[in-house]
Amino acid sequence: MANSQFRIVLAEDDVLLREGLVQLLKRFGHEVVAAVDDSRGLSEAVEMYRPDIVVTDVRMPPDFNDDGLRAAMCLRGRYPALAVLVLTQYAATAYACELLESGEHSGGGLGYLLKDRIGAVAEFLAAIERVGTGGTVIDQEVVWQLLRRRQMNEPLSRLSPRERGVLALMAEGKTNAVIAAALNVSQPTVAKNIGSIFLKFGLSEDDGHRRVLAVLTYLRSSP
Amino acid sequence: MSNPSIGAQVRANACPPDAIPLNCRQALARGPRLLLTSSWPWRSFGYLFCGALVALPVAGGVTNGLFFIKSLPGYAELMVVLLLTVLIAMPVAAVERFRLRMVDTEPVGNPHVTPGEPGLRAWLWLRVGEAATWREFGYAIAWTSLLPLIDLSGVLLVGVVVILVLAPFVEPLVDLGPLVILGFWHVSTPLDKGLVVLLGLALLPLAAYLVTVLAVGRASFVRLLLAPRESELVARVQALTRSRIRLADAFEAERRRIERDLHDGAQQRLVGLIMTLGVVEHEFAQEQSDRAELVANARKQAEGVLAELRELIHGIHPQLLTARGVAAAVAEVADRSPVPVDVDITIAQRLVPAVESVAYFAVKEGLANVVKHSRARAARVTGRQERDHLVLRVVDDGVGGARPEGGSGLQGLADRVAVVGGRLKLLSPPGGPTELVVELPWRTVNSASCSPRTTSCCEKDSSNC
Repeated sequence: MANSQFRIVLAEDDVLLREGLVQLLKRFGHEVVAAVDDSRGLSEAVEMYRPDIVVTDVRMPPDFNDDGLRAAMCLRGRYPALAVLVLTQYAATAYACELLESGEHSGGGLGYLLKDRIGAVAEFLAAIERVGTGGTVIDQEVVWQLLRRRQMNEPLSRLSPRERGVLALMAEGKTNAVIAAALNVSQPTVAKNIGSIFLKFGLSEDDGHRRVLAVLTYLRSSP
Repeated sequence: MSNPSIGAQVRANACPPDAIPLNCRQALARGPRLLLTSSWPWRSFGYLFCGALVALPVAGGVTNGLFFIKSLPGYAELMVVLLLTVLIAMPVAAVERFRLRMVDTEPVGNPHVTPGEPGLRAWLWLRVGEAATWREFGYAIAWTSLLPLIDLSGVLLVGVVVILVLAPFVEPLVDLGPLVILGFWHVSTPLDKGLVVLLGLALLPLAAYLVTVLAVGRASFVRLLLAPRESELVARVQALTRSRIRLADAFEAERRRIERDLHDGAQQRLVGLIMTLGVVEHEFAQEQSDRAELVANARKQAEGVLAELRELIHGIHPQLLTARGVAAAVAEVADRSPVPVDVDITIAQRLVPAVESVAYFAVKEGLANVVKHSRARAARVTGRQERDHLVLRVVDDGVGGARPEGGSGLQGLADRVAVVGGRLKLLSPPGGPTELVVELPWRTVNSASCSPRTTSCCEKDSSNC
């Protein structure tokens, strides 16, 4: 596994889970500079340590509402390069979209994953890696929900079913190789599909991170 | 507040001539002939007789004074009598309300309000402040003075007539001396005796009629003093409504508590387990044995349980509803719906949790019915504030013909809507379209802790940044 090391601030109010995550991240070479249990602590820790990635739960003290998510969005507003990975129990498209839209103008990576995914350690670490290097990772559950919602909407309607499938996997943060394997096609085919998605969405090469933009277009296509 | 239940409880004295009388007053109004062939005179007599039987000793005891009262000075005696009256007022009133059924089949409700808080003090204050208590007190005074006279006169009236009829037959068995002396008329000859019997029989209908009149008067007096007034009924309905709202709020809080407990407990533990299994799996994966596969299986099973648990918790109370309100939560339901749903809900403020919850579950049930029964190709959900109500509409382009009594789901939904004081309408002509309309009272949250959260929280919630 190509392993870059990241400096991580972790926010999770459940003690056992927090400790477990710290152990897991350390075990695979990341440095957890702070592990906090509420949103205020999260803001302070980011202020103090300027980490590469924030890993946070959605619901945590003090309000036990969506404090973690809001704190993460606020932090992204303030530190554009900060990568944020939200770990949650809620496969809520609303939360995922809010998170993505908050990162529109910042370069840092974004992730919205169900906590279940921590169990698939290799994939989880890959997600950390992708978020840490500026990529976007959206939980497949959320993606499929969105896919169903957007099926009949512009500009998604312009895509072929195959292209939609590719885009969905892209939104999950999968590489071309993984997408090819998942859809049982060759990598050049995937690349061709992606090119045609960019074309249909009107994304030129100057637009920068076209993959993220495509995913955003995909997620944001208004009903 | 216009409530049909009040109207039902206000009694109607007017009675159609051919209807079966519900009380002796109505029986009386139907004329002597019908009255005398009915059971009402008997019931009236029984009513007065029971009253005389119980009230006489009590009245005697109170008015003549018990021994120890007699030894007290005059004002103290009065005080003791009054105190006794106060003590017996409520139980006597309760018994009298119950006893009224002998001459009036329509039950008299309890005029007292149920105390909102426990404890003797609260109860006492409530009772002292109630007009009903003082009416009962007034009744108790009448019960020991005036009413026994009415009861007694009724009983005597009947007694005299019965004696007139029966005396000649009883006389040979018991030596009563000269039997009856009416003025100057000494009844002794068989002819006289026969005349007495005839006189008694002739007076019998009159006595029956008079007894009924007395009973009507007494019953009216009881109603006047002991039945709840309309204002008291309204107060009771209001109290009931309030308690129902409190109950709904309590259920809502309970749902949230269960959701929170499951989330913070079982769900997190399971995630911890999945994570541990994941690490173990990862370790084993390096040593080329089938143990990694076993652990992977265990992890996948745990993930399955977690997914089920997530659905369960979502069904109890979705977190998004708490965090973002009805519109966002309904949009999420629409996302999951196999039938395409267009959502257009505009709610400026956050509503109280109980109303939000009912609104959400109403739309969810409505959409579930669309999917299950309507064969619709599309559905639309709208939500607007119309005057002081939140009006939600779920419309589909399906086959229609849905009936509220058809499904237990809709019935349960109607009950739930009613609990928060809302209404549910289903318009579904055969051939469609089906429209489900839910009207809920617009009750907003004014406490800061539950203030609406918006997407762009950064400006508002700078303390959090």
